Amino acid sequence: MTARALADTGAWRDQLLPQMQRLGVASVPIALFIAVFTGIVLALLASYIFTGTVPLYFVGALVGKTIMMELGPVLTGMALAGRVGANVAAELGTMKVTEQVDALETLGWNPRAYLVVPRVLAATVMFPVVTAFAMAIGVVAGWITAVNLLDLSTPEFTKGLRMFYQFKDIWFGLVKAASFGAAVALIGCLKGLATSGGAAGVGTNTTRAVVLGCEAILVLDAFWALVLL
Amino acid sequence: MIRLDGVVKRFGARTVLDGVSFAVPEGRTLALLGRSGTGKSVILKHIVGLLRADAGTVTVDGHDVAALDDDGLAALRREIGYVFQFAALFDSMTCEENLRLALARRGLDEAEIAERIAAALATVGLPDVGPRYPAELSGGMRKRVGIARAVVIRPRYILWDEPTTGLDPVTTATMDLLMQRVRAELGVTAVVVTHDLRSAFAVADEIAFLHEGRIRAHASVTAFQASEDPIVRQFLEGRPE
Repeated sequence: MTARALADTGAWRDQLLPQMQRLGVASVPIALFIAVFTGIVLALLASYIFTGTVPLYFVGALVGKTIMMELGPVLTGMALAGRVGANVAAELGTMKVTEQVDALETLGWNPRAYLVVPRVLAATVMFPVVTAFAMAIGVVAGWITAVNLLDLSTPEFTKGLRMFYQFKDIWFGLVKAASFGAAVALIGCLKGLATSGGAAGVGTNTTRAVVLGCEAILVLDAFWALVLL
Repeated sequence: MIRLDGVVKRFGARTVLDGVSFAVPEGRTLALLGRSGTGKSVILKHIVGLLRADAGTVTVDGHDVAALDDDGLAALRREIGYVFQFAALFDSMTCEENLRLALARRGLDEAEIAERIAAALATVGLPDVGPRYPAELSGGMRKRVGIARAVVIRPRYILWDEPTTGLDPVTTATMDLLMQRVRAELGVTAVVVTHDLRSAFAVADEIAFLHEGRIRAHASVTAFQASEDPIVRQFLEGRPE
């Protein structure tokens, strides 16, 4: 059924870009907001841990590794699980209880192809994009904090940042982000389409979608760590 | 022709339809009456394949709806216009886009699509609402746009789900005229689910009365009005239990 929906490109092709804009581009501000403060806190935390024991340029290493491999994708994913998961579940849930999904079917459209596929594809593509921005901004925020508050020079920070850097650090985070996007959007869609019982049902299923989306992110995070590290 | 034979539908432990049978011949209009919650709208959803019966068969044009594959069901739905109780317009789209969605994938060129949309909106007396969103319209106007969306495909069958519920008497009378006009212009076979006796008597050729999951009475309008069945009489006279 899902493969059939995916193959029905005429149903979802025109909606892909608007959904990418809605679910991805519009999520950039919240992701960057989180990334800035994560970078600041990580730099301060690293300084607190390393002072007197480890050379302070390791602050760059910790900020870079942690943001790229873990906190960037996971915190962005969590924020987007709330924003995107709730958005999708509430929209589709409302369509379901107001018979718009039935109407779509009677007009000869497959709701999975028309509603689910563009949202899942858009989130799968855009979560890594948003996460990449968050990674960059998080590292920059850590660098600015280190330079201004920790008496660390830019060369020292970048020395630490490059010391343990591997290209895998980035793609590992982005692969995770793509899987988070697929999971969050799919759960939102399925919960939305399973809604019944009017406004109360929409509220209940929206909450479930957000909670399940967050749980899925944590499970997938552990899965990728086991498989790729 | 639309035909139901012994249709049974259960939702959990509750049996909503318990062996419903009736037929609507080509070009005729059947009004399906009954108290709230008796499964009238459920019957419409079986006809268009949104629900599957637990037992019995629903056939349209001789095709068993439950046995159709996705392509067969899509082909059948291209022949059926469905007017939802609360219009079920896509609220993220303008009225014109709602109608355009109904016409998409039918191999029509842009000129014909535009012509059909204009004609359908004119039929329901709302030629200028195309650029407006459903939220900008009154309930009665939304219902009429819902009708336009159903007739724009020029269907052979129309299923009307409570077309006059919640409307004032004047708008209800307008809606009755509209249903008659659609029938005259398109020659459709129709099933009308309604509580509104006056509306049912105005638009239908036959009345079927659903009670406790079964068709309690099925007759011409005049015969139904003269029915001596106590349950039918109670409904006609609006007497409390």
